[in-house]
Amino acid sequence: MSLEMTYREALAKSIEEEMQKNPEVFIMGEDIGRYQGTFKVTRGFVEKFGSRSANYNYRILDTPITECGFTGIGIGAAMAGLRPIVEFMTMSFSILALDQIINHAAKVHYMTNGEVKCPIVFRGPGGAAKQLSAQHSHSMDGWYAHVPGLKVLCPATVADAYGMMKSAIADDNPVIFYENPGLYTVKGEIPDDINYTVPIGKAQILREGKDISLVGYSRMTQVHLAAAELLAKDGIDCEVVDVRSLLPLDTETIYNSVRKTHRAVVTYEDWRSGGFGAEIVSRIQEDCFDDLDAPVVRVGGLNVPMPYARNLELLCIPSEEDVVAAVHKIR
Amino acid sequence: MAKQAEYKITESAAELEEHLRDMLFIRLFEEKCNRVYREGKAGGYMHVYIGMEALAVGWMKAIRKGEDYVITAYRDHAHALLLGTPPEAVLGEVMGRKCGTAGGKGGSMHIYDPKNGFYGGWGIVGGHIPLGAGLAFAARYRGEDKVCINFMGDGAANQGVVFETLNMASLYDLPCVFVIENNEFAMGTRLEYHAADKELWKRGLPFDIRSERLDGMDVIQMKRQATEIVEWCRKEQRPAWIEIMTYRYSGHGAADNDRQLYRTKEEEELAWTRDPIARLRKQMTTLGYMTDEKYEAIEEELTNEVERIYEICDASPFPEADEVYDNIYSDMKPEMGH
Repeated sequence: MSLEMTYREALAKSIEEEMQKNPEVFIMGEDIGRYQGTFKVTRGFVEKFGSRSANYNYRILDTPITECGFTGIGIGAAMAGLRPIVEFMTMSFSILALDQIINHAAKVHYMTNGEVKCPIVFRGPGGAAKQLSAQHSHSMDGWYAHVPGLKVLCPATVADAYGMMKSAIADDNPVIFYENPGLYTVKGEIPDDINYTVPIGKAQILREGKDISLVGYSRMTQVHLAAAELLAKDGIDCEVVDVRSLLPLDTETIYNSVRKTHRAVVTYEDWRSGGFGAEIVSRIQEDCFDDLDAPVVRVGGLNVPMPYARNLELLCIPSEEDVVAAVHKIR
Repeated sequence: MAKQAEYKITESAAELEEHLRDMLFIRLFEEKCNRVYREGKAGGYMHVYIGMEALAVGWMKAIRKGEDYVITAYRDHAHALLLGTPPEAVLGEVMGRKCGTAGGKGGSMHIYDPKNGFYGGWGIVGGHIPLGAGLAFAARYRGEDKVCINFMGDGAANQGVVFETLNMASLYDLPCVFVIENNEFAMGTRLEYHAADKELWKRGLPFDIRSERLDGMDVIQMKRQATEIVEWCRKEQRPAWIEIMTYRYSGHGAADNDRQLYRTKEEEELAWTRDPIARLRKQMTTLGYMTDEKYEAIEEELTNEVERIYEICDASPFPEADEVYDNIYSDMKPEMGH
């Protein structure tokens, strides 16, 4: 049995079920309660877990617009053993909380030599939505995937949004859960199983092919699937590798694909220079050099602050056409 | 400066002697840390509590040890010792040894002992303040009868995240006592040069938080007042913001060799007239609870104890190379190698 729904609905269902199962799981963030969330992931939660008239509801906690402070409160609660889910209205705002996430959450387990765990999920939309311009369109995935102590998940499909959120909530470590806003309305199926989980740190092959590996994550995996359709018309058989988890990174699945196809394009929405895709490229060339028939090519976001005008914005974000062009460069 | 009040001492001789021993042990322990650092057996940043002993002793005797949460910044040895962390685990951590609280991975600034309610041990000024509120939040969320004592220095009281946290602590009714250890200096910058208002205790008032300023150089008063505030916080389930006037006789950190850049020798000498240990010793002597002979015997006993602890730590190995990847995560290792 499976259920059809959107990526947004799958996230909501996953979080709600985990909150029902475990009273120590709660969610906090700006406008998530009475206002039901800016991107409406927590629609209806205030009635289910709190009350509209209460000053505050601990399980569905509306916070002031003070990211650094409320993130720290979530981390402290996690250190005491609660399992908070911290929503950032956009991941761009998590920049205000970097000190708490990087210098506190990611360090406490090491600095206590394992005495204090920090089971917390930081989630929210990351990357460009639509014309939100320079300050609201950051892809922070690569920034976080740089930090030992964090796990970074970037699901591309509805089933993964559902199953990986459950794994993130169950994890005893701080997890960054990346939701590209362009994915919220994507439809798909999830298993009708409230215990369904997707293991952290496992990439997947979403389309098998023999000519070239398209390696990506989050919305870029959807772009790869579309590009693979276009390329099939040119007789190029693409394998789509959905990385899903940046940290830990399942290099084995990526390498096995590259060893089969001998060519790879890596796509990421983040700025091209220094983005996480560059890390994937580096690892492929370092560990699979003898298997490669061509250089590994990066397709990244343009190295500019995100412009407002829609035509310029679309220019910045990697598209199917950009991927197709990159494939043609090496094949 | 809060004036030293006259009051009637009703505490027993045994209780006062315990206060004295606790304060003296911290001082001797910290003096040893300074020597260890100078000898090159400790490195990095190390901050000792010399002069501030009455503050931590008073507060740690006011709480339910092992139940209540305690969190502080990097001047953290005293809090751990008072909560019951084995001294060899504290000094071992300062010396980067395997016997340390974090097996040598944390160092002086990062002492933790969650089994005794101690949650560190944090290095970013003001950064741990929301964490302490989060610990209090967990207690409130679970309906537990716990409070969090959230220590910070006067420098931390300027950080933006502290104000964010005060707002939420009041908004969410968190049982959290914010304790400012005002030793008059944010590293090398005197209070009047870093705080526009100078009366830090007033900063809780706009958030509708109980706010007070107290003297931290008198252990008897400190303990009495801390006890009242902790129990009020527990009962009312409300935060408190308490500024404690104290003084560190040592430098900011072990590497601070230029105290004269921010204060005079005369000022330090004047501050020594408020030494909390000398004060309690005098009070006990007046009451007939203490003699010079007895004091010297206690001092010798504790000095020997500190030396014994040092010998244990010095014999403890450094962590093994293959431990470097341990406990970054609870269940995995990161990508390994250079």
